[in-house]
Amino acid sequence: MTLNPHQWVATHADYLYAYAITRVNDEEQAKDLVQETFLAALEKTANFEGKSSERTWLTAILKNKIVDVYRKKSSGLKNIEVKAEEEQSDFFEADGHWVAEHGPKEFGIEDKDHLVNKEFDSILKKCMEKLPALWMAVFTMKHIDEEPTDTICAELKVTSSNFWVIIHRAKLNLRACLQKNWI
Amino acid sequence: MSYLKRIIYNCKQATFLIDKKATSRLSFREMIELRIHLYGCSFCRIYKKQSRMINEMVQELFRSSMERDVKLDENFKNELQERIEAELNK
Repeated sequence: MTLNPHQWVATHADYLYAYAITRVNDEEQAKDLVQETFLAALEKTANFEGKSSERTWLTAILKNKIVDVYRKKSSGLKNIEVKAEEEQSDFFEADGHWVAEHGPKEFGIEDKDHLVNKEFDSILKKCMEKLPALWMAVFTMKHIDEEPTDTICAELKVTSSNFWVIIHRAKLNLRACLQKNWI
Repeated sequence: MSYLKRIIYNCKQATFLIDKKATSRLSFREMIELRIHLYGCSFCRIYKKQSRMINEMVQELFRSSMERDVKLDENFKNELQERIEAELNK
């Protein structure tokens, strides 16, 4: 494998853009990230060992840039954490029981082929946008990119016990939002 | 409250364990506690099912948005390649 920067934009720009936009949800920022990725890649061409494809190599550089964005977005983390604590106590009583109105109800699509339900998808998307950036970052890295937990914790600077709490809160909030808007 | 009762009542802990189990190993004790809780709690059984479903749906959403052919506009691309060429000729 060798690099061919003369063809980079034609070959990889759209792919990298799609990759970025699904993760940062902002067109301008996604464009900037693509540009930064190519420019950073040019400086690192000597490091390319040819073990992976050009696209895989470029995507890895982009991934690092996205993690930087996540990290910056989550600098307001303290406030979010406090708010989440309040929200969570909304879900459960002091003894740990579900608060009656938040108890999970069937969505009615659990056993069907839920992957093709457009209406549900658009609600899911809106609910995801409401999640704090750090939660979404942790969730994406774990469930989409399937990164090891240690890596995520190191890159986003969260402790492993916080990691589980974040994953759990993201899920609780996402599920509650779906129940509220779907049923 | 007795130990068993605490497990049976604690949906907060049970849902935490459900989400943890999705990507990591639970301790033996955690596993037993979760089983006991789920046996008696229909709310958390629904939560468990939906938690997994949400993972699958989010994954599917990402997959389909990668395939949806989002494209950069040509002007941006041309300028970008020109910039790369300029860097190469430095």
